[in-house]
Amino acid sequence: MSIDTQEITKPKASTKGMSKQQFLKAYRTMRTIRDFEDKISEQFMKGNIPGFLHLYSGQEAVAAGLCLLLDDDDYVISTHRGHGHCIAKGGDVGGMMKEIMAKQGGLCDGKGGSMHIADFDKGMLGANAIVGGGPPIIVGAALSAKTLGTDRVGVAFGGDGSSNQGTTFEAMNLAVVLKLPAIFLFENNGYGEGTHASYAVGSKDIASRAQGFGMPAYKVDGTDLFAVYELCKQVVEHCRQGKGPVTIEASVPRFKGHFEGDPQAYRGDGEIERLMKEEDCLEIARKAAVKKKLANAKELDAIDEEIASYINEVTEAALAAPAPGDDELLTNVYSSAY
Amino acid sequence: MPVKTYREAINEALHQAMAEDSSVIVLGEEVSGGAGCDGSRDAYGGVMGVTKGLLPTYGESRVIDTPITESAIIGAAAGAAQTGLRPVAELMFMDFFGVCFDQIYNQAAKFHYMFGGKAKCPMVIRCTTGAGWRAGAQHSQNLTQMVTMVPGLKVVCPTNAYDAKGLMLQAIQDDDCVIFVEDKILYDTSCEVPDEMYTVPFGEAKYYREGSDLTIVAISNPMHKVLAVADRLEAEGITCDVIDPRTTSPLDEEAILESVEMTGRLVVVDEMTPRCGMASDISSIVAEKAFGSLRAPIKKVTAAHSPVPFAPNLEDAWIPQEADIEAAVRQVLEYAS
Ligand SMILES: Cc1ncc(C[n+]2csc(CCOP(=O)(O)OP(=O)(O)O)c2C)c(N)n1
Ligand SMILES: [Mg+2]
Repeated sequence: MSIDTQEITKPKASTKGMSKQQFLKAYRTMRTIRDFEDKISEQFMKGNIPGFLHLYSGQEAVAAGLCLLLDDDDYVISTHRGHGHCIAKGGDVGGMMKEIMAKQGGLCDGKGGSMHIADFDKGMLGANAIVGGGPPIIVGAALSAKTLGTDRVGVAFGGDGSSNQGTTFEAMNLAVVLKLPAIFLFENNGYGEGTHASYAVGSKDIASRAQGFGMPAYKVDGTDLFAVYELCKQVVEHCRQGKGPVTIEASVPRFKGHFEGDPQAYRGDGEIERLMKEEDCLEIARKAAVKKKLANAKELDAIDEEIASYINEVTEAALAAPAPGDDELLTNVYSSAY
Repeated sequence: MPVKTYREAINEALHQAMAEDSSVIVLGEEVSGGAGCDGSRDAYGGVMGVTKGLLPTYGESRVIDTPITESAIIGAAAGAAQTGLRPVAELMFMDFFGVCFDQIYNQAAKFHYMFGGKAKCPMVIRCTTGAGWRAGAQHSQNLTQMVTMVPGLKVVCPTNAYDAKGLMLQAIQDDDCVIFVEDKILYDTSCEVPDEMYTVPFGEAKYYREGSDLTIVAISNPMHKVLAVADRLEAEGITCDVIDPRTTSPLDEEAILESVEMTGRLVVVDEMTPRCGMASDISSIVAEKAFGSLRAPIKKVTAAHSPVPFAPNLEDAWIPQEADIEAAVRQVLEYAS
């Protein structure tokens, strides 16, 4: 087995590689995610959403930048913090809202909820409530792609915390051994619940540890949509060409608690306010795009307005939808006769 | 006597055990919380707040926040147990047992037997279980049956704060690997709990109610629904023996058999999927050993044979409810042979 070591690079931000159309698509995705998360946070406070919510706010540029490069038949697998990944992969936002509110018409028929949000029509293989549950599964999706001779790729999103899980290590090694088109995308938001990555990740970073498994690994500023996109372009291409797996470590802020309702006593004074001021990927992308004349403020404002009303619409529809039928408890336990 | 919650009772047991025996350590994810962060340490004290205050008292060498790494948490606890410590490892949700099950049932459970009695594994694995929080298929399961079936493991499932403290102190001083199953629905329930240290022995059932018409055995939180039903029946003049085994391994078979021999009727309630669960196990023991005393078929009240659904109406239908228990009880009482 040859070991393909490579410099851990951090591409510089530039808007060059992205067309206007692509930028607007990514911006739209990011704004949709942000509004979706704000809306469900509000609905959760009103008691309209059962269970646990882990919001993706602050991390939007990662999912949006990567997913610009994926088609519907590429695969992603997600984590407990999965709404952003689902939306970026083209998931049905109305079906997501209904799922999270446990309503009929939800993407998982109300059986999954936020922590299991999935849209199989879009290659989104599911959020996962087991930390480290996703990476081995994406190895399987990448194995299908390779065995069936497609040029599909599989992406396992994971957090800094998930990078310490044995299942993750095993999946990374197997992907290298089998030379599979798998991307391990670690979104390092600094925290696994209330434990800091600087404590829980023993190596100097996640990317260099991934390199140790024998795959190229890169670090990127995950608040910079353009940098994420540029890097992912190379990485996805590498995988499509059959050159084996790659790891990306994207540094991102976590604007919200680990879960909605988290008192966050472990956060530093003023930390969240500072992050929201200095590391808001939407603001950063917007500023850069306007400055480089990729888009003007007016058209971005129009998108913002359009999305705000779209999210209101799907929320109203989900609120009005009925709960799943009581007779559905025992449907779909098996997929064939039982 | 002071009244304490289930959460406080377990916390007190941990405090007292750690104060008394310096070989007792606590480890797991977020057992204190805030490691490496700019804000405060002991930010969570466990996701359910059960280990709060241990870190400030006993320090980082004995209250160990780990990365997310269940196999290594349990393996490290087992190795430490074999070599002089008495670890209390926390696995958060019982659903996460899947990640590290080898370390539990192939390693910790088997040391003593497989090594001819030369190795010991005095450790406790704490976890939380139970449906009703709309937490979905991977954060709601009660898998007590999966550990109860493993020879070498002891399994404890307290239903009240008094038992929780006494059973925890017993678990920590026990020389085997003990799985300590906390029901998340019970953390805020309270009862009288003495301040001093005491133990509740394993394998000794508790009678919540005594009666003669029917025996009801229940595991974990469904016990409280059973009690509500039993009290309603009592108003109608029907009295039940209500038995909480408190530990599923060892199981106090004698208490259950004795009761059934007297009442001739049995309902068993748990919140597990119905196949090969605790209700099945207890039913089979009674069918085998007290067949002659039975005056009606045994009735099991369990969760449904499906993963735990997210939607509240479906989850409520999945969970055994008071109405299900009452219907089963009436059916068994009305059975005429
Ligand atoms: C196997 C397992 N262990 C523990 C947990 C509890 N848990 C849920 S999310 C989480 C932290 C995950 O951190 P990270 O991977 O960094 O993702 P983030 O929450 O930051 O997105 C933990 C410990 C779990 N769900 N599954
Ligand atoms: Mg994280």
